[in-house]
Amino acid sequence: MTSLHPPPLPDDTATIAPSASDPAVRAAGLVKRYGDLTAVDDVSFAVPRGTCLGLLGPNGAGKTTIIEILEGLKQPDAGEVVVLGRTWDHDPRAIQERIGVQLQEAEFQDKLSVYETLRLFASFYARPADLDGVIELVGLTEKRRAWVKTLSGGQKQRLSIGCALLNEPEILFLDEPTTGLDPQARRRVWEIIERLKTEGRTVLLTTHYMEEAERLADDLIIIDHGKVIARGSPATIIASLEAESVVQFAVAGRTHARLEHAELTALEGVRAVRSEGANIVLSVVHTQAVIAGLFELVRARGLELEDLRTHRPTLEDVFVSLTGKHLRDE
Amino acid sequence: MSRIDEIRELTRVRVLSFLREPEAIFWVFLFPLLLAAVLAFAFRSGDIEPSRVIVVDGPDAARLVEAFAVDEHLKIDVLPSRDAAMTKLRTAAADGVVEGGDPPRLSFDPQRPEAETARLRVLRALGLALEGGADPPLDEHLMTEAGSRYVDFLFPGLIGMNLMGTGMWGVGFAIADVRRRKFLKRMLVTPMRRSSFFLAFMNSRLVFLAIELTVLLGFGVWILGVPLRGNLIALVTIALLGAAMFAGLGILVASRVRTIEGVSGLMNFVMMPMWLASGVFFSYEKFPAFIQPALKLLPLTALNDALRAVMLDGASILTQGPELGVMAAWWALCLGIALRIFRWE
Repeated sequence: MTSLHPPPLPDDTATIAPSASDPAVRAAGLVKRYGDLTAVDDVSFAVPRGTCLGLLGPNGAGKTTIIEILEGLKQPDAGEVVVLGRTWDHDPRAIQERIGVQLQEAEFQDKLSVYETLRLFASFYARPADLDGVIELVGLTEKRRAWVKTLSGGQKQRLSIGCALLNEPEILFLDEPTTGLDPQARRRVWEIIERLKTEGRTVLLTTHYMEEAERLADDLIIIDHGKVIARGSPATIIASLEAESVVQFAVAGRTHARLEHAELTALEGVRAVRSEGANIVLSVVHTQAVIAGLFELVRARGLELEDLRTHRPTLEDVFVSLTGKHLRDE
Repeated sequence: MSRIDEIRELTRVRVLSFLREPEAIFWVFLFPLLLAAVLAFAFRSGDIEPSRVIVVDGPDAARLVEAFAVDEHLKIDVLPSRDAAMTKLRTAAADGVVEGGDPPRLSFDPQRPEAETARLRVLRALGLALEGGADPPLDEHLMTEAGSRYVDFLFPGLIGMNLMGTGMWGVGFAIADVRRRKFLKRMLVTPMRRSSFFLAFMNSRLVFLAIELTVLLGFGVWILGVPLRGNLIALVTIALLGAAMFAGLGILVASRVRTIEGVSGLMNFVMMPMWLASGVFFSYEKFPAFIQPALKLLPLTALNDALRAVMLDGASILTQGPELGVMAAWWALCLGIALRIFRWE
């Protein structure tokens, strides 16, 4: 499969047509309500062409509703969507010809083969891509004639992405492309998405896996309860924690009540303290100094540390510090 | 690709998905044949059916048995106990029970047509024994030639019922299934024309209609000897319209439901009255006269009437205007409503 466009040039020359510098997708003030529940609450963003935007948030945050509004499947109660310079009210087919969509939980027909399924979807487009090229890109060449019901979860997901590529789309919408897959299958999907990014396609992806968001997204929007709670590149968002690392430990014995949050906050280099079950989690700037201080404090109080760990801050830490809960409720 | 490619591929997928369900093959092609074969066997014509009458043993028994001997179609059993005799009557193993006395007593179930025959035969035999007379002369003509048997009446109805069943199940199940899988929703984000989706269902029905008609007609005409007195093209035209009508009804019934169970219930609810009242197994003229005009407006009644007229009476399709009109109206009505209320997600 050949790439549709050369990767977009930096937008500093007057020779670029105005339309080429427009964002691929623009959403302004999106609101969607279901009864009393506001599933999407005033969400705005723009996705520049050739970039990947990740919508990160826990289940039920409103990610799927947002992406389905962008795909033209749902009508927002307020707000505006512009996809490739067009709106869904005018000529939806023109947009559909140029976007590729992978839906969360959509299943294909069990008793059709990989090739038959792709062939059906290819027939809907004016200029479909070469089927065998798509099959190869998503790594299903050996499964070409296999019925859908014999495919593994990862293979089904790759078929689903394959179906989204049949029109050489300029924008790809991927709704939780790796949910429910094992780590190896997940990495294969990531490799495919990375390859599509290098071909210059715009990608919009929802996920509740922070590794996925960190690896694939150029820009991120973190969503909770339908609201945007953070945005920027993964690095910027992590940097907003202003922490060098995260220190996590438990106090041996029955309780950690004897270590007050105030005492820990008082340690030099500690930015934030929170409890997670039996664990205490510190966001810190001077890891070494904090750990030294922590040991001293613990010894002075006659306590013993257990399960001491440190790691570099992740998107998960940002999410927890913003909302007090984890992305995945395990 | 063009509109034609899209419709062709959608049709292909419908046909393939259907053919890959072994149960579907059974219900569509084998079941009606089995049903026809069983019914043809049960209602095989030829001899006059005898009446099975039981005489309860007693002082008059011998006299009664002797009187009944005049009618070769009275098959007499003598049982010692009244209870045993009545049990046989209740379980339809006998058509009547006669006990001695003055006058003799006949027990029978007036709901069963065989019982009425038995009653008349018993009455006649007793009358002849009493008067010692003979029957008035009568030239009996047995209607056993093709075209006038029960199976001849039945067969066009079976074709109609089969077109209804395959059309409704084939289309309704498939729609409920692709909706449940969100396959419909997945197609909705492509530039697929919605009309192509429905056209594909119509087309796939036509493909199967060709197979169904060949199998059923072949079996009926060559094996059972059901006559095909009218024009084959007329018959095929009527079947085409009938298949399209039931595909439309199938789309309508499946236009909102989300589950297979839901669509099954709704299908049975819609089809049940027609199995009974559209003249498949017995003529709808058994129903009260005031309700018959309404029965004639049922989709399956119109189809069955037209099929019977062409097959059995050799009617021209031109005489079937009202039936064809009813079918076309149902087709347009169902599709019209379905397209408005259809749920894609």
